[in-house]
Amino acid sequence: MSNDKQNQMKMGKGPRRGGGPMGGGPGHGMPMEKAKNFKAGFRRLLSYLTRHRAALIIVIVMAVGATVFGIFGPKTLGNATTELFKPLSAQAEAYSNLKDALPDDIEAQLNDGTITIEQAVGAVAAAGDEQQTAKVMQAAAELQEAAELRIDFAKVGVIILTVIGLYLASSLFNFILQFVMAKTSQTIVYDMRREVENKLAKLPLKYFDGRTHGEILSRVTNDIDTVSTSLQQGLTQIISAVTMLIGIMVMMFTISWIITLVSMVVLPLSFIVSRAVIKKSQKFFKGQQVELGHLNGHVEEMYAAHTVVKAFGKEAESEEQFDEINERLYGVGWKAQFLSGIMMPLMHFLSNISYVFVCVIGGVLVINGRISIGDVQAFIQYSRQFTQPITQVAQIANVMQSTIASAERVFEVLDEPEMSEDRLVGNVPEANGAVEFSHVSFGYELGKTVIKDMNLDVKPGDVVAIVGPTGAGKTTLVNLLMRFYEVDEGRISVDGMDLKDMPRETLRERFGMVLQDTWLFGGTIRDNIAYGREGATEEEIKRAAKMAHADHFIRTLPDGYDTVLNEEASNISSGQKQLLTIARALLADPPILILDEATSNVDTRTEAYIQNAMIALMEGRTNFVIAHRLSTIRNASTILVMNEGRIIEQGTHQQLMDKNGFYADLYNSQFTGAATA
Amino acid sequence: MTKLLRYIRPYKWPAILVVLLTAGQSISQLYLPDLMSDIVDKGVVGKDIGLIIETGLIMLGFSLVVSVCTVLARLFGAKVAAGFARDIRSDIFKSVTNYSMNEFDKIGTASLITRSTNDVTQIQNAMVMILSMLLMAPIMCVGGIIMAVRESTGLSWIIMAAVAVMSVFILIVAKNALPLFKSLQKKVDRVNLVLREGLTGIRVIRAFNKTKHEQKRFDEANKDLTNTSIKVYRWMAVMFPVIMMVLNLSTIAVIWFGGHRVDTGDVQVGQLMAFQQYVMQIMFAVIMATMMFVMLPRASASADRINEVLKMAPSITDKTKAAPEAPLHGHVEFRNVSFYYEGAKDPVLSNISFVSKPGQTTAVIGGTGSGKSTLIKLIPRFYDVTVGQVLVDGVDVRDYPQAELRKKIGFVPQKASLVSGTIADNLRFGSAEASEEDMNKALSIAQAEEFVTKEKGGVNAAVSQDGSNFSGGQKQRLSIARALVRKPEVYIFDDSFSALDFKTDAKLRRALASEVTQASVFIVAQRVSTVMNADNILVLDEGHLVGQGTHRELMQSCGTYREIVESQLSVEELA
Repeated sequence: MSNDKQNQMKMGKGPRRGGGPMGGGPGHGMPMEKAKNFKAGFRRLLSYLTRHRAALIIVIVMAVGATVFGIFGPKTLGNATTELFKPLSAQAEAYSNLKDALPDDIEAQLNDGTITIEQAVGAVAAAGDEQQTAKVMQAAAELQEAAELRIDFAKVGVIILTVIGLYLASSLFNFILQFVMAKTSQTIVYDMRREVENKLAKLPLKYFDGRTHGEILSRVTNDIDTVSTSLQQGLTQIISAVTMLIGIMVMMFTISWIITLVSMVVLPLSFIVSRAVIKKSQKFFKGQQVELGHLNGHVEEMYAAHTVVKAFGKEAESEEQFDEINERLYGVGWKAQFLSGIMMPLMHFLSNISYVFVCVIGGVLVINGRISIGDVQAFIQYSRQFTQPITQVAQIANVMQSTIASAERVFEVLDEPEMSEDRLVGNVPEANGAVEFSHVSFGYELGKTVIKDMNLDVKPGDVVAIVGPTGAGKTTLVNLLMRFYEVDEGRISVDGMDLKDMPRETLRERFGMVLQDTWLFGGTIRDNIAYGREGATEEEIKRAAKMAHADHFIRTLPDGYDTVLNEEASNISSGQKQLLTIARALLADPPILILDEATSNVDTRTEAYIQNAMIALMEGRTNFVIAHRLSTIRNASTILVMNEGRIIEQGTHQQLMDKNGFYADLYNSQFTGAATA
Repeated sequence: MTKLLRYIRPYKWPAILVVLLTAGQSISQLYLPDLMSDIVDKGVVGKDIGLIIETGLIMLGFSLVVSVCTVLARLFGAKVAAGFARDIRSDIFKSVTNYSMNEFDKIGTASLITRSTNDVTQIQNAMVMILSMLLMAPIMCVGGIIMAVRESTGLSWIIMAAVAVMSVFILIVAKNALPLFKSLQKKVDRVNLVLREGLTGIRVIRAFNKTKHEQKRFDEANKDLTNTSIKVYRWMAVMFPVIMMVLNLSTIAVIWFGGHRVDTGDVQVGQLMAFQQYVMQIMFAVIMATMMFVMLPRASASADRINEVLKMAPSITDKTKAAPEAPLHGHVEFRNVSFYYEGAKDPVLSNISFVSKPGQTTAVIGGTGSGKSTLIKLIPRFYDVTVGQVLVDGVDVRDYPQAELRKKIGFVPQKASLVSGTIADNLRFGSAEASEEDMNKALSIAQAEEFVTKEKGGVNAAVSQDGSNFSGGQKQRLSIARALVRKPEVYIFDDSFSALDFKTDAKLRRALASEVTQASVFIVAQRVSTVMNADNILVLDEGHLVGQGTHRELMQSCGTYREIVESQLSVEELA
């Protein structure tokens, strides 16, 4: 249990909900995890997606559509700017034509502002060069004409409406895309979670005993969560980033290949820079993760051992050690933070450079009449938008790796070998409570036999006492009887039928379990007792509670039988928990009982209650008792003595005492040892 | 959050530098569109390529300034935030280390761990964000507005309108989506809970054939979570397209309404383009700012939790630094001791008196909640008595510096907590000067020699966190050896034999009795066989000392003791 609490504490930090839709944040260069077999994992994850083919097609179409429509926006809006600029540029054009037509001295005077245009024209006419006069006159007329040019607002209006249409379409597509994706990705995640849960129900106990709860939990929560976020955001990001890169590139090329090439100079640079920064910061992020792990470890350890630290006066030493780790964490921490923080400004600098290039070269090209001013404006927007997909693409590899790594861990669970199928050979025998072990051998690991050629004949109503020091592996028998584990050799039969020939459900209906590790779930006391039998009536529940001496304390609780047990069932005492599990077993009323007599952390009075309840429970059944009380042991039909996981002796009390072996030794030290010390 | 700002003080100058650099960065950034408008309005219109190139170079210069400022701001910002977090973390740890049991119980171990680790990380992230974004947003926003108004006063209403629409919209989304986010977290917790219950109770579930029932429970939680996530993501599906739309519409508005001003000659086209870019920058600043308001409350909750830890002062402090002269050795006395937990109405211990002399073993027995553990925790002054006096070696424990008092005591706690390192490290925890010989002797008394020598490396074998690579019984024996290495004047065993089998228990006590002759020994136990041989047995019932004496005496005189014995031993053994 304490182990479990620890896991809980570690888990308590909560599943990392990715960046979350609101997140963003400094996500660059989080430590990367490598998938074991990327291709296989990817393909398998993809198979989940292809189950939602229709949605997937919509998503792809929408993503492409949204991006394409979005991309046309700046270019079209640029045309509006060009329209706005037209009169002005026509005037400028005409004015410079006029100046070209003027002789140098008059042009200089005009530039100085000492004469007006009319005076300049007059001066040229006065000079008497007819050809030049005609040229100047025409230029002046053209200038007059240009000055009267107005902005064509009808045309601008049409363009603007078009742009609004484009953006509306793009936003709408984006909305549909996200809307569909929300349902699809969450359904996939739901399916995954359900699959894992269903799989867990089919796995043998061996799987659960072999790893911590935290480890299993993390696969269902953290790992599936990573997959979820990646599906929700990553997938659409990939599609739109790629479409955007291609789209923007095409748009830029259609405007001007010169500017495009010039602004492209920055492109490989920004790709290289972002990869380099990610790579570099990853090193520090990893270091940070390691130091943070050390720090958390130290904190957990020292807080858990607070009493000991105080008792042995180790406060200063512990603080010193903490400061040391803290300092190291600071050292890598700020570097990781800094490196991930400069990604943006560096990319920004590159994008600013390309911004300047676009302005300058665009300006020159506009003067040359090669492109329009609106194109420059559009270009500026494009080059600004360009860095975003680049950083995204640079990160996609990392995101994919960690997603596949997470998915792989989930798939690993799904691929675990399952328990053997249930089968029924012949008819289910009547439930009497007879149990027989014949030549049973068993070991948790290959080659490490803990039970060797065990024979045991238990008649209905017998009591089998299992004794031995703590940690002697007394649960092994429970594991075998309940068929949580399969025997390696020999057979165990219940009511004359081999366990293997009977469905597990049928077998387990015959057994009741009251173990020291009381398990109750977060629900009402009534539900917890009724767990013993489906469809039990209120009356039956109360009768069971009364027999278990639990009715009294339940009724003293403010909500009685409706009291909701909290997560750790800490709102009732451990002794009361045991009474509830006894009531649960009483209600189930099985012919065979597995009982652990141990009552720890229980006050003397409750202990008496529990003992009486247990005696009531044992009546009229076959009992396997993990025995702690002398009376139980002495009166048992058979005593199984266990040590270090093995059954080492077997017999009645008298037989074993006569044998003068481990049991006799144990018995003497336990109950009389004190007197001889 | 503001309460933690004093931790910024040591980093005042770098922090101010960050502010200045951020200002410099923002202003330079804001200047770029203005320069661009010069290129258009003067360079392009005037066909002045020289001017265009010249302006371009100036722009490059400003870009460089922007980047240098940002990189430096990030550099100092990262250092400030990391230093800030380091200092807070260190202070929390020191506070907690100096807590007495009272404060520790009040907040709880798990919560203290979260506060020292996770909450600090939250605060650090918030600080990074404040330094990099929160400062920039208002500067960009205000600066952007000033620059935009400079380009064209008549169009500034577009900014107002856009900002208003955007803020209102984000607020609406936040109001609807934030509660969903919270319930999302709850539903994730629920899925975890059901799953965890399924794992811890797997044997019971299978024994009762309830697998289907559990699957249904999980499926309900799973479905519930899925539905909420879909709702959350759908809000997001609305949010981003709308934000983009508002952004785009405002630039379109600039072109349309600005166009008319171009027509009347109030505005030039380049200025219009610059204005449009300013609108963009302002809007991004607004988005960033609102994002901050979503993120900051989370950090502020962490800050509150941290503050609670920092503010709480340890209830047990040293009166003096000097160790008092102790007239006796290996001597413990309780004089009319009563003890109440803070805020409790009823006493845990009432009016307890007894004396323990060197070489004596005092056992404490009683049911759960009878106050056994509390009683012995008063000796090392983990708690202070409410009434009466506890004397160690003839001096009130409150007159010792805590370190001096505890030097006299070898304490073996109920839960055998080991620290990661080697077995030797753990033993030296008891006494830093312990020699190899001392350690081997302690291990042999604690009945740990056998399994330690079996370990690879013997005493240098590794112990993992929480000693999880050893069994409960092994851990207890190591923690007993740790106390033995100390060679203290007072031994306290707080139910420290519970995980040992009876045989080892008996052997250990026998070895202990022959070794420890000059110290007082206290044993708290549940088993009668463990306490039967003590020189003095204290029987506690609901905080009262209902009997005191040897096994034989108590069997005669104390009903409660007899009751306990009878529940554990059969009648013929009682004699």
